[in-house]
Amino acid sequence: MKSIMWRSVMIVVFTAVALLLFLPSTPLSKRLPAAWVDNVPKMVLGLDLQGGMHLVLDVQQDKAVENYTQRLSGSMETSLKTKGILYTSVTRTGIDSIDVAYASEEAASAIKKLVSEEYPALSVSETKDGRIFFELKTDEIKRIKEWAATQALETIRNRIDKFGVSEPLIQRQGDNSIVVELPGLKDTERAISLIGKTAVLEFRLIDEAGDPSEAVRRGAPFGSEVVYGKNIDPATDAVTEIPYIVKKEVLLTGDLLSDARVAFDPQFNEPYVSLTFDSTGARVFARITEKNVNKRLAIMLDGNVHSAPVIREKIAGGRAQISGGFTNEEAADLAIVLRAGALPAPVTIAQNVTVGPSLGRDSIAAGINAGIVGAALVLIFMLVYYKTSGLIADVAVFLNIVMLLGVMAYFNSTLTLPGIAGIVLTIGMGVDSNVLILERIKEELKAGRTAHSAIQAGYDRAWWTVVDSHVTTLITAAVLFQFGSGPIKGFAVTLSTGIFINLFTALVGTKLAFDIQSEKFGIKKISI
Amino acid sequence: MNILGKTSFDFMGKRKIALVASLILVIAGFMAILAVPLGKANLGTDFAGGLVVNYRFEKPVRIEDARKALEAGGYNDADLQEFAEPNKLLVRVKRGGDVKGVEKAIGDIFTASMPENPYVIDLISEVGPTVGKKLQKDALYAIAVSMLGILIYVAWRFEFRFGVAAVIATLHDVLAVFAIFFVLDKELNLLIITALLTIAGYSLTDTVVVFDRIRENLRKGAKEELIPLINRSINEVLSRTIVTSGTTFLAVVALYVAGGEVIHDFSLALLLGIIVGTYSSIFVASPLLLIWKKKGSLIKT
Repeated sequence: MKSIMWRSVMIVVFTAVALLLFLPSTPLSKRLPAAWVDNVPKMVLGLDLQGGMHLVLDVQQDKAVENYTQRLSGSMETSLKTKGILYTSVTRTGIDSIDVAYASEEAASAIKKLVSEEYPALSVSETKDGRIFFELKTDEIKRIKEWAATQALETIRNRIDKFGVSEPLIQRQGDNSIVVELPGLKDTERAISLIGKTAVLEFRLIDEAGDPSEAVRRGAPFGSEVVYGKNIDPATDAVTEIPYIVKKEVLLTGDLLSDARVAFDPQFNEPYVSLTFDSTGARVFARITEKNVNKRLAIMLDGNVHSAPVIREKIAGGRAQISGGFTNEEAADLAIVLRAGALPAPVTIAQNVTVGPSLGRDSIAAGINAGIVGAALVLIFMLVYYKTSGLIADVAVFLNIVMLLGVMAYFNSTLTLPGIAGIVLTIGMGVDSNVLILERIKEELKAGRTAHSAIQAGYDRAWWTVVDSHVTTLITAAVLFQFGSGPIKGFAVTLSTGIFINLFTALVGTKLAFDIQSEKFGIKKISI
Repeated sequence: MNILGKTSFDFMGKRKIALVASLILVIAGFMAILAVPLGKANLGTDFAGGLVVNYRFEKPVRIEDARKALEAGGYNDADLQEFAEPNKLLVRVKRGGDVKGVEKAIGDIFTASMPENPYVIDLISEVGPTVGKKLQKDALYAIAVSMLGILIYVAWRFEFRFGVAAVIATLHDVLAVFAIFFVLDKELNLLIITALLTIAGYSLTDTVVVFDRIRENLRKGAKEELIPLINRSINEVLSRTIVTSGTTFLAVVALYVAGGEVIHDFSLALLLGIIVGTYSSIFVASPLLLIWKKKGSLIKT
């Protein structure tokens, strides 16, 4: 008797808490008091239901290593030059080795000495035929790769913050991948170009000695390379590529920017991006412009010449501008990427799943419809087939769903469309345990037991059958949770939580209802 | 109310026929799996790499018109598919390489050929070639791990033989659904693998119920041969097998009919799985217990 009281209280409390937790996650929340709605954790709609973009980006870590090696070889050449060591050439070969050709044995040992003192990241791999082959140490490669991934994550987070998306999710996945989830996003193309742009800004001099069209055919002069710029005809929108001969030496990069803003040029009636360098950058920029008056300075973004204005005079204020053929949006986005900084290495899109808001809405409606139809079918069947006992089972299944939703809200779980399918499946499987128990009770009644003892025996004997039959589903749900992503994880979560709660409602909840029938009301015949 | 009264069907007597049917299903399932490395399987983009875009137009679109427009625009490798709603269209481009911006390019072709019928994009799913291979591996791994988990649990709760029989029956179900999907030329994607794993878990529910009764009857130590004992056990739990499968079936039918396009095939796989799973717990898992003929060895615990 006491235990009936105690169990009733427990079930009422659980149900009340579950309702308290999940009602604010439903459309009803608008009519609930704000103090309630605001102070309760809520279920989150998955991207497949609310629309949005799920991106997996692979950071090209090898490219980061290559860039690093390239910079090392440049700096090594400069110090060899300043120290007056006789070398013939310094070239990067592959992604992580530098090949130095020397003139004499004396120079060779001087080069090795210099490298061992000033470039601890490098080790000698081979010396032959008048060349020394240096390579990056394994630890160093590992460090650069790790740095590239961390830095890329930081930069992307920075860009998305500046872009302004509500509740983005940005995280590392494995060694070299970054997952970006942008809920409710509409302009996916823009977001991808914003996130995926490497945004390496470089200032280099144009090599005025050669003729570009000649260089395209014959190759650029020593120390220079052919780089293309795009020219868009404002009248026809036709894109033509113009070759430039650009010196390989990078005078200044976007690293030294302190700010980048969109500004408007009233003369040409178009937006441009105005750049402000930090103090070091401003000094370097002043020196470059001073030394190269009347030469052309190429402003390059990700390996393309954006513009190549002629330097008229020394520019001291540390300001520059990138103009030419931007739309307002492009200019705004370029300013964002330049402000957030360049990616340490290019990223490629490994996966992009974008769901439009209308499909999301349709999916919610379809999912809820299916849930209601499924629940109705099952509950009506139980009622018809098992009468009062079926009603008890129905109440148990209903409580099962209420508690499942409460638990999901409590953990801020993400509800996905497969997740809704998981709930519907829980309804189907939730009655299973009740069926097992009820059939067992029927059997015990047929064997001639009284109502009271048939109930006890039915529960006792069905207990392990119910547990066993659910644990197996739980095993596969756990595996799905481990291996699945996004929507599938959502399915695994609802399914496994549903099973746990079902064990409780079926084994404890319905038992209580039967005990009340037989003990409180002394019912001798069970309606089953 | 009772669907069935006391029954005494001779299930075990039909085990040879069932064996033939199951062997056909299992062999077909293996062939369907072999089709994956042979490139004959209908792999979704999440496994094969490439791009899927769902376009939603304002007005209905004729698929032939769309196909012609795409061919004229140079997308001969695009695969088109209709939905129940005539204004929706799915375009799939299976390509190992770069598919960046393809959804826009294809959209532009549609705009050019059907200027009076604007579209919005409902879904873009773009998967790079390396991801597909990793996901294929993950899927196989997931199936293997869950089978192992099930084997261990059933072996622990019952006996090793029961565990082996349960796992074989479960694999049978997964393979059978795989085979049917292959024959129907349904796309194989991550959601279908999810359904297969769910089937694996669910099909055991029935098997466990039957095994439980077989074990109970064995423990009672009745002087009965194994075959009639298994038959009697199955008959005793037959109505609950039918009712439990039936209720889950009802719930999944609702998903299949009303759940929307995204989970349509997923629900179909679950439906097939429930049917095959019920069949296999009676006609596959139970007869497998006969391989260990000696009754005594089954009731040790």
